[in-house]
Amino acid sequence: MSAYPRPVAADATTPRPLNSQPKVRIDNVTMSFGAFTAVRDVNLTVADGEFLAIVGPTGCGKSTILNAIAGLLKPTKGSITLAGKPVNGVSHDVGYLFQQDALLPWKTVEQNVELGLQFRGVAPDERARQSRAWLEKVGLKGFEKRYPHQLSGGQKKRVQLAQALIVNPEVILMDEPFSALDIHTRHLMQSELLRLWQENRKSVVLITHDLEEAISLGDRVVVLAAGPASTVVDSFSVDLPRPRNVAEIMMDPQFMDLYRKIWSSLKTEVEKSYAQHP
Amino acid sequence: MLNIRDRMIQLLLVVVLFGGWELGVKAGMIDPFFFPSPLSIGGKVVEWVSDTSFYRHLNITVLETVLGYVVGTLLGVVIGVWLGLARRAARILDPFIKAINAIPRVVLAPVFVLWLGLGLWSKVALAVTLVFFITFFNALQGVREVNPVILSNSRILGASRFDMLRHVYLPAAATWILSSLRTSVGFAVVGAIIGEYLGSSAGLGHLIAQSEGNFDAVGVFAGIVVLAIFVLVIDTLLTWLEGRLITWKPKDGQERPA
Repeated sequence: MSAYPRPVAADATTPRPLNSQPKVRIDNVTMSFGAFTAVRDVNLTVADGEFLAIVGPTGCGKSTILNAIAGLLKPTKGSITLAGKPVNGVSHDVGYLFQQDALLPWKTVEQNVELGLQFRGVAPDERARQSRAWLEKVGLKGFEKRYPHQLSGGQKKRVQLAQALIVNPEVILMDEPFSALDIHTRHLMQSELLRLWQENRKSVVLITHDLEEAISLGDRVVVLAAGPASTVVDSFSVDLPRPRNVAEIMMDPQFMDLYRKIWSSLKTEVEKSYAQHP
Repeated sequence: MLNIRDRMIQLLLVVVLFGGWELGVKAGMIDPFFFPSPLSIGGKVVEWVSDTSFYRHLNITVLETVLGYVVGTLLGVVIGVWLGLARRAARILDPFIKAINAIPRVVLAPVFVLWLGLGLWSKVALAVTLVFFITFFNALQGVREVNPVILSNSRILGASRFDMLRHVYLPAAATWILSSLRTSVGFAVVGAIIGEYLGSSAGLGHLIAQSEGNFDAVGVFAGIVVLAIFVLVIDTLLTWLEGRLITWKPKDGQERPA
């Protein structure tokens, strides 16, 4: 028996067209901070509608790559294109789900969710209508007037999810979004995320150090080498059927098989990372 | 919250302190020339308060305090927020700000008298120099200490420079600015009083200086009492205002664990 409602997606069985133009294209990107090189010569593409999970040992520059896609950091070398356009400065076409609490503590839940629309000059009543719809989608109806400090960790994540997705971004970037949550809340949020994602299948780049999360959510898992000067070492396609039940999928033999395969690749990098920073 | 027992202990402390003082003066153990009895000080305060000419002095001090406070605070907030955002300008101006802040403000009083005369404005100027730096440093700090994740998030959500100022920097700095507003009220009063004390024809500081000139310790102490009440009233007003303005902050015990 599943503890979570099983999501039903219309295109659960139809394969996605992976041959169309990639949503994100990372070409030979090197990111250096002074003498320190975080990532070197990274090549990566994310197809339209693809859920890409990036795993790697701590300090391998995973977040650096994500920040470069968002335009928060500028690559030292190489280029990044997002939906065909080169990234130049902070991108407004991405939804970014941060690991830390990124809500504005002086705004109510409703005002926080509306923020992206407000910055785009959407009229107040239209903003209110959309934010109400999104709060209902993430299960926070009735919490409109609360302030972030009055919410639990999971509820704050839901608000952040609504805040990031309300602007209908081309690509969703997630930086270990659920790592601060307890295991049950995390599973709940993961299935919530999959449910929302399956509605319109945006491209997703998820950064995580949790291989279980990477496999149970992603279409593809990319392994990054231990830093510094990290780069892509491996890429695994995850062909587990969707919709998936994240709380139970790890008991699937196919899942375990994939886990073993990816872990043998990731393990080498984690060991290297430990050897450098014990 | 203080319970009734704590209140009683507070009351007891007041009674012991002032009762002992009063008895000490009565018994001749305390020289009333230096420490006049609390009752005589209270009597003097009542005498002042029931005299209409006292309100002329009070009004002038209030006016100087308010003007010094408002002008100093506005300048402090505007320049503090500006330098908090303009890193380069802040780097260039930093030594000058430090140098000016290093001047003990009281020694500026004669300069202001020289420039602005013995009237209202020399006192306002002194109050401004005292208030400005407190608000300034708090506004600066408030703007610089905004959580970088919130900054990144707002930028990605599409905030323009003006949006950032209005929705992120100013609200973030507001807590700091408001806490500085309460500290600087005391300084605005100090500026006004010292200005009056050093040379004026009216105001509470003038009353104290006059009493001192007549070796009237009762008058000096009565002036101190009136000033303390004055500052307490303003502080209460600001506490109330702060509660109205910052509604998003958790009150004690209201914070939820993650």
